[in-house]
Amino acid sequence: MSKILVIAEHDGAKLNQATARAVTCARQIPDAHVTIAVFAADPAAVAADAATLAGVDAVVTVAHSANETALAAVLAPQIVAVAAHYTHVLAASTAFGKDLLPRVAALLGVPQISDAMAVEGAYKFKRPTYAGNAIVTLEASPDRILVASVRGASFEPAARGGNAPISALSVTVELPTHTRYVSLSAAASSDRPDLASAAKVISGGRALGSKENFALIYSLASKMGAAVGASRAAVDAGYAPNELQVGQTGKIIAPQLYVAVGISGAIQHLTGIKDAKTIVAINKDAEAPIFEVSDFGLVADLFVVLPEIEKALAG
Amino acid sequence: MRKILVGIKRVVDYNVRVRVKPDGSGVALEGVKMSVNPFDEIALEEALRIKERGEASEVVAVSIGTEDAQQQLRTALAMGADRAILVKVSEAVDPLVASRVLVAIAQQENADLVILGKQAIDDDAAQTAPMVAALWGRPQATFASKITLEGSVATVIREVDAGLETIAVDLPAVFSADLRLNEPRYVKLPDIMKAKKKPLDIIEFSALGIAADVGLKTVFVEPPKPRSKGIVVKDVAELVDALQKKGLI
Repeated sequence: MSKILVIAEHDGAKLNQATARAVTCARQIPDAHVTIAVFAADPAAVAADAATLAGVDAVVTVAHSANETALAAVLAPQIVAVAAHYTHVLAASTAFGKDLLPRVAALLGVPQISDAMAVEGAYKFKRPTYAGNAIVTLEASPDRILVASVRGASFEPAARGGNAPISALSVTVELPTHTRYVSLSAAASSDRPDLASAAKVISGGRALGSKENFALIYSLASKMGAAVGASRAAVDAGYAPNELQVGQTGKIIAPQLYVAVGISGAIQHLTGIKDAKTIVAINKDAEAPIFEVSDFGLVADLFVVLPEIEKALAG
Repeated sequence: MRKILVGIKRVVDYNVRVRVKPDGSGVALEGVKMSVNPFDEIALEEALRIKERGEASEVVAVSIGTEDAQQQLRTALAMGADRAILVKVSEAVDPLVASRVLVAIAQQENADLVILGKQAIDDDAAQTAPMVAALWGRPQATFASKITLEGSVATVIREVDAGLETIAVDLPAVFSADLRLNEPRYVKLPDIMKAKKKPLDIIEFSALGIAADVGLKTVFVEPPKPRSKGIVVKDVAELVDALQKKGLI
């Protein structure tokens, strides 16, 4: 049997949807027994949330005041202590997972498989390299713990309807004090859908030309109930905050609908969106590479057509 | 005074569209332009700026690679690194192995800061910085977009999914550079000439006593499945109509 430990990502109240996607990956591992581990100051609410995911066999909690905020250096030794009873340790390949899991793997003395995108066997996974242009199948040794981060865009979130038992663990390891949380500033307003999990995403690129013009993207997104994204060029130019960046070095997303506005479509951007179900591209350059991956392309000036689209939606 | 170690990886240039070999053994690298990993350039730029502010005395560039990686180390020296170390390997190593090597060098050099790129644009693994920190038993500040040093503490602003997070870490520590940390300088011709005279030491990987095999095998490499090509619509009405038919708006 594969005993799989999935590390919960959460905000203290709810489980992040990326963890539900990691559960789906875990479920695809042959003969899997899936446990979600919640590390928090007070894990009750998150554990209750995690227990309702279909396909989760158990939830374990580790309560500690040091787990109030998620610091890799503090969490990693606790995870290592728990991992001894498991064959696999998984987490979502988000900023949280990317920061944390390699620290866990190194402490365990094992390599890591980053961004697992397909399960080929209990120790065999596919992952993307070169901005998604070369897919590598890797096989790890079954005689040690396998650590893998899960590419969320490749797996649907696990459904609800589960009722897994929750149990508390006591972990006695020395926790470092060399790393201290100070603050978090969230630039984007929280009343919009979350970019990583939204069903619809509208992204703007360099062609928007200014931070002021980028408001056109926000406006259309509000009308459509969509999350807002941005190309690296738009973020670098200061039109949009860093957490909206989509692509190889930003967020990898898989919405039902992705609308790329004024984005030329560098390969580094395309790798972040190619799992979207439907891609719409609006660009005035008919030769832009974004049209090679779009389902519907509109060759037009964005400043002319965005107001037209808003009007069409209102009518 | 502080000493800074910077990791420099030789990778396929950012602008090259790689091709997978038909036999599935890897990507074709013959005749392909190679460069310093862009995130490593940002890491080096940050180290140089720290030194130029008078907050460090030496910047050492380290690469783990074949003989050819000397070219990228020369670029690092031309940018302003004081000296360079190549740990010579015959083929690419796993990030866990690279991390063990970097820890060995960091200990040997008594480094105060190790600054690495957040990921290399070839394997996209994004593992090395946290692994080095773990094996070295030091703090990590990954995805850094601002680093401020004061005494034995670094305050770092990190690019995380929710926005910008600030943490404080005790030195020595490991940092990974994100895109917005700085904009790397261009190398000028006189600097390239000067770089030729700077020291570049070569250490054989085998001399470090680190195992190259970590039990992870590459079975097969294949190109991604292409997306089927869509259609070009003539105007907004046709676009809105198509999306409504699919129930997307």
